[in-house]
Amino acid sequence: MGNLLEIRDLKIEFPSLERTVKAVRGADLEVAKGEVMGLVGESGSGKSMTALACLGLVPPPGRVTGSVQLDGHEVVGASEAENERLRGAVAAMIFQNPGKALNPFFTLGRQLTDAIARVRVIPRAEAEQAALAALTEVRIGDPKVALHKYPHQVSGGQLQRVMIAMALACRPQLVIADEPTTALDVTIQAQVIVLLRDLAREHGLTVLFITHDLGVVGSLCDRLAVMYAGRVVESGPVDALFASPAHPYTASLLRAVPMLGRGRSVLTQIPGTVPNMAAPPPGCAFHPRCPSAGPRCAADDPVAREVAGMRSVACHYPLAAPSGAAEAAAIPVASQAGP
Amino acid sequence: MTALLSVENLTKRFPTRHGVVRAVEDVSFSMAPGETLALVGESGCGKTTVALTLLRLTRPDGGRVRFEGADLEGAGEKVEKAWRQRLSIVFQNPYSSLDPRMRIRDIVGEPLVTAYGLRGRALTEKVVKHLHEVGLGSEHLSRFPHEFSGGQRQRIAIARALALEPKLLILDEPTAALDVSVQAQVLNLLQALQTNLGLSYLFISHNLATVENIADRVLVMYLGRVVEQGPVEQVFAQPHHPYTRGLLDSVPSTDPRLRGRLKAVTGEVPSALNPPPGCAFAPRCARAREDCRAAPPPLMPAGAGRSHACLHPL
Repeated sequence: MGNLLEIRDLKIEFPSLERTVKAVRGADLEVAKGEVMGLVGESGSGKSMTALACLGLVPPPGRVTGSVQLDGHEVVGASEAENERLRGAVAAMIFQNPGKALNPFFTLGRQLTDAIARVRVIPRAEAEQAALAALTEVRIGDPKVALHKYPHQVSGGQLQRVMIAMALACRPQLVIADEPTTALDVTIQAQVIVLLRDLAREHGLTVLFITHDLGVVGSLCDRLAVMYAGRVVESGPVDALFASPAHPYTASLLRAVPMLGRGRSVLTQIPGTVPNMAAPPPGCAFHPRCPSAGPRCAADDPVAREVAGMRSVACHYPLAAPSGAAEAAAIPVASQAGP
Repeated sequence: MTALLSVENLTKRFPTRHGVVRAVEDVSFSMAPGETLALVGESGCGKTTVALTLLRLTRPDGGRVRFEGADLEGAGEKVEKAWRQRLSIVFQNPYSSLDPRMRIRDIVGEPLVTAYGLRGRALTEKVVKHLHEVGLGSEHLSRFPHEFSGGQRQRIAIARALALEPKLLILDEPTAALDVSVQAQVLNLLQALQTNLGLSYLFISHNLATVENIADRVLVMYLGRVVEQGPVEQVFAQPHHPYTRGLLDSVPSTDPRLRGRLKAVTGEVPSALNPPPGCAFAPRCARAREDCRAAPPPLMPAGAGRSHACLHPL
């Protein structure tokens, strides 16, 4: 099983006159062929920038260094023309707000057809057929009618389906979805998640799903990478990682988020706030908020290291070393362990 | 125990170019002192409009609202002003609800100046007291909102809402705009304030997990109407209305073993301009029969402080 996407020591900086914002500070991530990978983080953790870097889409004046290998092609430092060939064909992106991603002046059919004809280099008539097939596949009621509608004439949930149709119709290997359900209502969010899950299975798609919602990860993803302050602090299979998080940030996050079924309780809150990325704390960026921070943490930025069970963690004092039998353990929410 | 707030048959319609939007239809509920009532539903279900009518930021088209036994309908401006002092709101987004040009002292102190004409040291003392209540020190008095993080801003918004020492606080999605790691801080603060100050909360949210964490009772709204009402624990454990079931099944679980349980309600919320004649949920409901499509079912008591508006409840 090879990796479709390999990110090594990715750094993204935005220089300005007064200060440089370090949006991503050495992120490592691997996504294997056919897996659904969740990339979780709060706003400002660098998850969206990491996703944009995968397609060479980091906006100026962003400076990108490190390496992003997409299906064997190096994206960082490649020419615009080279990256243009990858977009749509190898990897397609679905954005958070479909209303902004579509042009209000053209019908959905026209926009789908344009994208398909361009990426797959096929005649328009054939592309139109593909557009219709794609809309049918994302289960839009009356796809023939939908082709002639303008974006403002359909709901947000339907538009997101159109975006998924557009991404899939170009037959990419990798779909990068950046918070595609955040702007949607709960029932519509569930529809989109179920749809993505089914499509990923049917097409053997590889998905990089970016979200801040741990629940969405639990119900959609196979593996998970947690980002904090521009770094991947922990990654591994979703069940094992939720059952016994190794990084204190992951553990705190799992206890701080209200989850259905936990009842009325005082939440274990994480003190402080997300760091300012123009001046991240020295050492491990989480140490000022970390319950188990030790003397090394302020001085020494931990590097990610492999632990058992295909997991990795970047922490000097990881929590109870995860064992291979972790998947049998109960999720931590039930036991409410910790201080 | 008398109700702190009672709302009967509240109705609000907005005339538009395309017809009348029935934002709130025949909504009734009451709140006991010290209670947290959650109003849940998807966007457009009328939950925020209910809050705005309670605050008289928009006028209802029908129904009665009583606060501590006093009727507001037909009451003069004086009564309304007094009412506004007992009732306060915290909005969703502290990035837009705080005036960027005002210092924290003025943001929190403004209601005190308007209502009581407080000035000088008396004002500062009050402001500092309310900042302390939300866990902020007096060193922040002359700072501006941009100097604070989202969580701190929401604390400031809460301090401002508490300035007039209200009985009832309306919280309109108070954590939705905050970072995940900060939401717990604000939720815990709200719980502590409630215990210390004996506040009642009307908690508006679409996040069922948050509702479960903070609320005593829940009111589920769909397209302007209440479809189910009752104690949170019971309603979430055993919903009567198929829509409530659908909402609960739509919440993705962090437990990957429950992955298969995520079920999506088919279809979308109909337009409030042109709602279906019967039960508004009938077009999406697997249990709907002929009688559901005839007339909107009324809210019927179902024992144990619960009620639902469904002819074929679960």
